[in-house]
Amino acid sequence: MQQSPPKFSISDLNLWYGTSQALKDITVDIEERSVTALIGPSGCGKSTFLRTLNRLNDLISSVRVEGSVLYEGADIYAPDTDVIDLRKRVGMVFQKPNPFPMSLYDNIAYGPRVHGIRDKATLDDIVERSLVQAALFDEVKDRLQTSALGLSGGQQQRLCIARVLAVEPDVVLMDEPTSALDPISTAKIENLLEELKKQYTIVIVTHNMQQAGRVSDKTAYFFLGELVEYAGTKELFFNPRDKRTENYISGRFG
Amino acid sequence: MKRRKLFESAAETMLFASAFLSIVAVLFITIFLFRSGMPLFRKVSVFEFLFSSRWEPTAATPGYGILSFIVGSFLVTGLALFIAVPVGLAVGIYMAELSGRKSSKIIRSSVELLAGIPSVVYGLFGIVIISSVSRTLFGGSGYSVISAAIILAIMTMPTIINVAEVSIRSLPKELKEGSLALGATHWQTIIRVLVPAARSGIIAGVILGMGRAIGETLAVLMVGGNAPIMPTKLNGMVRTLTMNIITDMSYATGDHLTSLFATGIVLFLFILVLNLTVQLALKKSITEMEGGAGA
Repeated sequence: MQQSPPKFSISDLNLWYGTSQALKDITVDIEERSVTALIGPSGCGKSTFLRTLNRLNDLISSVRVEGSVLYEGADIYAPDTDVIDLRKRVGMVFQKPNPFPMSLYDNIAYGPRVHGIRDKATLDDIVERSLVQAALFDEVKDRLQTSALGLSGGQQQRLCIARVLAVEPDVVLMDEPTSALDPISTAKIENLLEELKKQYTIVIVTHNMQQAGRVSDKTAYFFLGELVEYAGTKELFFNPRDKRTENYISGRFG
Repeated sequence: MKRRKLFESAAETMLFASAFLSIVAVLFITIFLFRSGMPLFRKVSVFEFLFSSRWEPTAATPGYGILSFIVGSFLVTGLALFIAVPVGLAVGIYMAELSGRKSSKIIRSSVELLAGIPSVVYGLFGIVIISSVSRTLFGGSGYSVISAAIILAIMTMPTIINVAEVSIRSLPKELKEGSLALGATHWQTIIRVLVPAARSGIIAGVILGMGRAIGETLAVLMVGGNAPIMPTKLNGMVRTLTMNIITDMSYATGDHLTSLFATGIVLFLFILVLNLTVQLALKKSITEMEGGAGA
């Protein structure tokens, strides 16, 4: 199944918040053009792990990282890494929809604009293409100049996905993207993932095991900062090798 | 059981009485001001009062035009904000986003100290330092529009700094992360996302500072020169509405005295409009926040 080299190759990753260790010796490869789900109980380190992939943990001054995170073969924690460029290629969708308080159009054009695109026609194209990709265009095409805050929660989240796609990333990280949404909006976003993985590498944190089962190709189970088990999603759910994984997915704790 | 109920209702009544008292106080001050000032308009038309710049209350045919002072108030306040807003905003942004926790703390306590200095002390500082600096830099006597504006700028800055910092700091962290995760730099994030998102709060802070500047009396009196003429040059003397009231109050009688209360009415209305604007701006910023939580 695996022909191309992994998109991310993580080895012996350790991370501390001050003195408390949040990630312990994580070693894992993430394949391209697939959906990788990260599951585990609250506080197990799955969101922290996700944020090491675009170095968003850098915002917290007490964080210390050891080990290596190779993205397309280059260590993103090397001193000469261009973090701006990394984040351009590794986009992120957050748990709570976070549109900027500006128009739909400006939200999506924001990324391209900060990366230097000024031409109106080019921006128009990008905005339309991104909205189409995020399955939102038909719902909002007549109100692109209105405030993004007027959209429903589900629409806001798809807008945030469109905003990420507008900078033409390579990887999309998703941190519980549907946990604040109703079932219908959740279904729309799950369908969207099916489309997106043809073009992008997707890593999704989820609390919802059914969701992991529905959308992902591979699943990683985190517990207390350790990567307990990482396997094809079907295999992990039907044939868990570790007792802890089995307990979690059969709902005995977590 | 009964005693507890009695205590509850007594406490409630007392709180209500205090609230009521403060409303009554505002009401009485308003009524008093209008009763003392309005009679002027039986002799002088509102139009003449507002739009004539002839202020000769003790002449044989007295003139009661306060246009020069209205212009003076707005000129001094406008110029003060022109200085205070960019500086205050810059300090607010620095404290909210760039400085470490320790230096933020130091800046915050010195800004609070700045806000607590009595205005007469500002005035003294103005006479000794600012007027002589402005005399050297801009010419004239040093008692001028520009000196008054500088003093007012320093006095309004704490308000602007404080509100700018708080409104930026209270933005949800998801906004900042969202922008950074798109590959924007910290600076782009501040200028294009955070400051626009906090704009209602920042505007409210500016208007609050403006209210303080328009109402300030003593410090500007000490450095403004107080000549009852239309201010034409930035290094020339100026009299504001507040200065006009305080200067003549000690000796004015009859219509002259009434005209000072009428000046007070004008000042009162200006401040009222500013306060209403602040409330509207704040209301708008609150609805924006609620909109952001997802409808």
